[in-house]
Formats: sequence, C-alpha cells, structure tokens
Amino acid sequence: MSDRINEKIQNYRTAPFDARFPNTNQTRNCYQNYLDFHRCNKALSAKQQDPAPCEWYRRVYTSLCPMGWVCLWGEIHTFIYLYKNVNSDGIKLNIY
Amino acid sequence: MAHPSQLGFQDAASPVMEELLHFHDHTLMIVFLISTLVLYIIMAMVTTKLTNKFILDSQEIEIIWTLLPALILILIALPSLRILYLMDEVNDPHLTVKALGHQWYWSYEYTDYNNFGFDSYMVPTQDLTPGQFRLLDVDHRMVIPTESPVRVLITADDVLHSWAVPSLGIKMDAVPGRLNQTAFIVSRPGIYYGQCSEICGANHSFMPIVVEAIPLKHFENWSTLMLENS
Repeated sequence: MSDRINEKIQNYRTAPFDARFPNTNQTRNCYQNYLDFHRCNKALSAKQQDPAPCEWYRRVYTSLCPMGWVCLWGEIHTFIYLYKNVNSDGIKLNIY
Repeated sequence: MAHPSQLGFQDAASPVMEELLHFHDHTLMIVFLISTLVLYIIMAMVTTKLTNKFILDSQEIEIIWTLLPALILILIALPSLRILYLMDEVNDPHLTVKALGHQWYWSYEYTDYNNFGFDSYMVPTQDLTPGQFRLLDVDHRMVIPTESPVRVLITADDVLHSWAVPSLGIKMDAVPGRLNQTAFIVSRPGIYYGQCSEICGANHSFMPIVVEAIPLKHFENWSTLMLENS
C-alpha cells in the first residue's frame, strides 16, 4: 500500500481530477487537501508512524492553492497555536 | 489577436474554440436563411395588389410552419448540447497554472514542482518597442506547452476580474476567495491575447492577458530559466 502511494507521489505531475469536486468551483478542493495534509501529519505523528504518505496531500494543495492563501493559512495556524491559551486574564503566549 | 474592422471570431487555437466557431457558422447560416425568407415574404406582402378575403383556415400550412421551426430548433440544439458537454468533459491535466487578478495586473503561479510565480503588467504605451501591440503586450507572458491539457485556476486578490482569451475560447470570472477552474489544450504554438473582462476600476482596460504556447521541450527550458532567475 505504501509502495503504491510512493509510486503515485514519484509519478506526480499535477493534481488529478477529483470526483468529489467535479465543478468549476475548486475552492473546497484546495482547502480540503490542505486540511487533509495537516490532519494526516498530526494523526501519523501521534501514532509515531512515518508521515511520508501525507506528501501526496501536500503536493495536491501546493498545485491547487494560491501561494498567498497558503501563507495566510500558515499565519492563522501559527497565531492559533501561539495564542491558544487566551483567557480572561489576558493573552498568554504558548511558547513559555 | 484581433485586427481592425474584424467581423468574425479570432482564429481558433484550441479544439473547443474550433467547435464553437463551426457551431456559430452553422447557426448564423440558419438565422440568415430565416431572416431572408421573412424579409422576402414581407416585401411580397407589401408590394402585391392581390387580395383574398375568403381564406378561413389551412391545415397543411399550419402543420408545415409548426414542424419546420421545431426541426430547425433541434438542428441548433443538438450541436449546441454536444459542445456544452464537450467543454465539461473530465480532463486529466498535465499542468496547473494559477492566474490571480489584482488591481491592475495579473500574476501567474506555477506550483506543481516549485513555488514559482511572477507578475504580468501591461507594457505602457511610451515603453513599447517596435512590433509590440499597444494595450495588449505585457512584460511577462503566461507560458504553456502546446498539445498538453492545462488546468487554469483563476482567482482575484481584491475585486472581481475576468480572465479571457478569445482564441482559446475561454472566459472565467476571477472572484476573490473563490477558485474557478477552466481547462484547455492549445493546438499550435503562438501568442494569444486577451483582456480583463470584468470592470475592476480605473485601469480595467489596461491589464491584458498574453498566453504564449511553445513546444514542451522549450517550455521545460523556459521554466528552468525562470526558476534560476527568480
């Protein structure tokens, strides 16, 4: 199974047709692959497994999503991560 | 590209546009025939001295002028639906390019292998070199390989724009926050021009689109060169 995925990733040209998103509007296609990449990473790292299969989602979202959107989501991700302990006492940064 | 006093479409550079062109010729011929017939009948009616006050009904002609228009409509509808479904075919693209509309330029991103993008501004009239086209030429063209299915994802950064290239038969709105997909195959090498097709502010008329189609080998050389220079 992982051989098939590795072969698919090696022969990657561009994001293939995805039957879940057959229409003109591909916004959700881009976002779904972005989410799937991060979820895949999180799930496989939690199980201490090799996150190599997640590379497929990364290639697909990189092909589909504008670079600006990816940057913005990355910033939001970082913001949420840093400030996730906000409470009524004020902002506590999560880096300490 | 368009030329002065042009009446018809620009030469087709993609199979879909060829189909659209032939369909347009077919439908326009039908329209001309009907208009000529109606004009002739009107002229005949207006210039005759004959009168007949005793016709009450005529089953035969009623049948003819019901069935014939129905047949004509079917003759128009069938090719039309064929092309509609042809444009909607599932395609397996070889390349994905993103076109982002800004006020007032386009930017193109090629991110299948590396994160590579560039802006495409119109060449101002005072900076044109001999042979360049006023209001159409840009500093960096969108380059694609010929005879390869290409997917273009179109979006905008600020207001509505529209990415249109008539020779390829494409027009797709660039909507902020939305990614619109269109696909095409360019049949022959060449340079194809288009212009922004949705009002987007002061310089809406000055953000053209130029697609340059080159054979795949040269496309690979171009992308290597652009990566090294960026």
